[in-house]
Amino acid sequence: MRVDINRANEEGLRRINEGQPVLVDVVYAKDVLPGMAKNVIGHAGPPLDWDDMCGPLKGAIIGAIKYEGLATDDAEAEALVKRGEIKFVSNHSMGAVGPMTGMVSYSMPLYHVKNETFGNDAYCTFNEGLGKVMRFGANGKEVLDRLEWMEKTLAPALKAAIAETGPINLRVLMSQALAMGDEMHQRNIAASLLFGKSILPAIAKLVDDRTDRERITQFITGNEQFFLNLAMAAGKAIMDPVKDIEGCTLVTAMSRNGTNFGIKISALGDQWFEAPVNMPKGLYFPGYSADDANPDIGDSTILETIGLGGFTMGAAPAVVRFVGAESVDAAIQYTNDMLEITAGQSPTWQMPTMNFEGAPTGIDIRKVVETGILPTINTGMAHKEPGIGQVGAGIVEAPMDCFVKALVQFSESLED
Amino acid sequence: MKKVNQLFQEDLAVVNVGLETFYTSMRSIKVPTVHVEWKPAAGGDEKLMAILDRLK
Repeated sequence: MRVDINRANEEGLRRINEGQPVLVDVVYAKDVLPGMAKNVIGHAGPPLDWDDMCGPLKGAIIGAIKYEGLATDDAEAEALVKRGEIKFVSNHSMGAVGPMTGMVSYSMPLYHVKNETFGNDAYCTFNEGLGKVMRFGANGKEVLDRLEWMEKTLAPALKAAIAETGPINLRVLMSQALAMGDEMHQRNIAASLLFGKSILPAIAKLVDDRTDRERITQFITGNEQFFLNLAMAAGKAIMDPVKDIEGCTLVTAMSRNGTNFGIKISALGDQWFEAPVNMPKGLYFPGYSADDANPDIGDSTILETIGLGGFTMGAAPAVVRFVGAESVDAAIQYTNDMLEITAGQSPTWQMPTMNFEGAPTGIDIRKVVETGILPTINTGMAHKEPGIGQVGAGIVEAPMDCFVKALVQFSESLED
Repeated sequence: MKKVNQLFQEDLAVVNVGLETFYTSMRSIKVPTVHVEWKPAAGGDEKLMAILDRLK
């Protein structure tokens, strides 16, 4: 019997829109991720070998090896890699996501987000803040000390606070933040404040040590992108139940490892379709230029996969200049373009600036290939050398080859 | 032919489909023009167009 693609896509869209991602706990990678071990390191994007990795990804991996106590310096860490003693795993295959280099290692604490509608779980690391951080490839003492504090002080406090507040519904929080001008990829100001409003009273109540309490409060409120990682875990939790619908041509994951951009589509399960990543176009922080930037990297495109980020730029006028878009009209046009390649709209993620239209939701590879309109992604740009950090922000398109490869393979799968 | 000649004796109102340069040329000489953004499906790739037809 011939598969009904349009009906399959309606089912995919239903599952996206009915997903209820809820923050239920803080856990550790070693306790929850399948196959996690001391010598296993999760990274952003599709799988790739050490020799094919970009500078920031290599720098972050060396940092993660030192953080886990497997090496005391960079040379020793790199020697472990060269001897094949470190196993690299794509985060997505472990039910996890991470921004930029996306490091997930054995001892790291993770947000645990449950999709209450479908019962599946998703995980994401905590946001480290700006400057020298591991997600941009930094791996010095300052970075490792911060990660240790996050593991041993911040994580237990957040875990206790979530137990006190009870589960936090992230779809509701993200709906509010979207209405307050966040697109939740390059702008998370409102979402971070809303999350702080939910969690900080419990932190104030439960953390006895005044110094710890002060640092935790500053860490959460001092980072406008603090919520990004929660939004990503929510995105992963929403999209995983959309996998494996027979005949469904909707995209279930988009991600980049700094070398390749990969997508997955529902009907073809966990197979990645890859093409070389593009270079974002945008604005650079003072002192940096396009010559400094690393190509596109990170699992954070899970946000565009669920219809946020570049897809809802029209709802986030304040992010327009930050990512180098010309005008608010241009931002609205980006969102209108995304409506051309999606199966429908979100009933809950409404855009006040666009007469409460719902976010474009459910990327259909048929529409991408037919129209030539590529998913628009708002992204941060890392320096190509490890450890320097973010050098700017911009807009990048997913490469067309991913969608063409997926379409051809999907078509052939129907002939089998 | 008569009808074409008649057309050019009237004020023109143009609908331009596809290449935007024709639209901007008409606008530059103050001819009322509407532009329709249009591209051939799948960039005109016949193999992909055939696949898309099968997957409607």
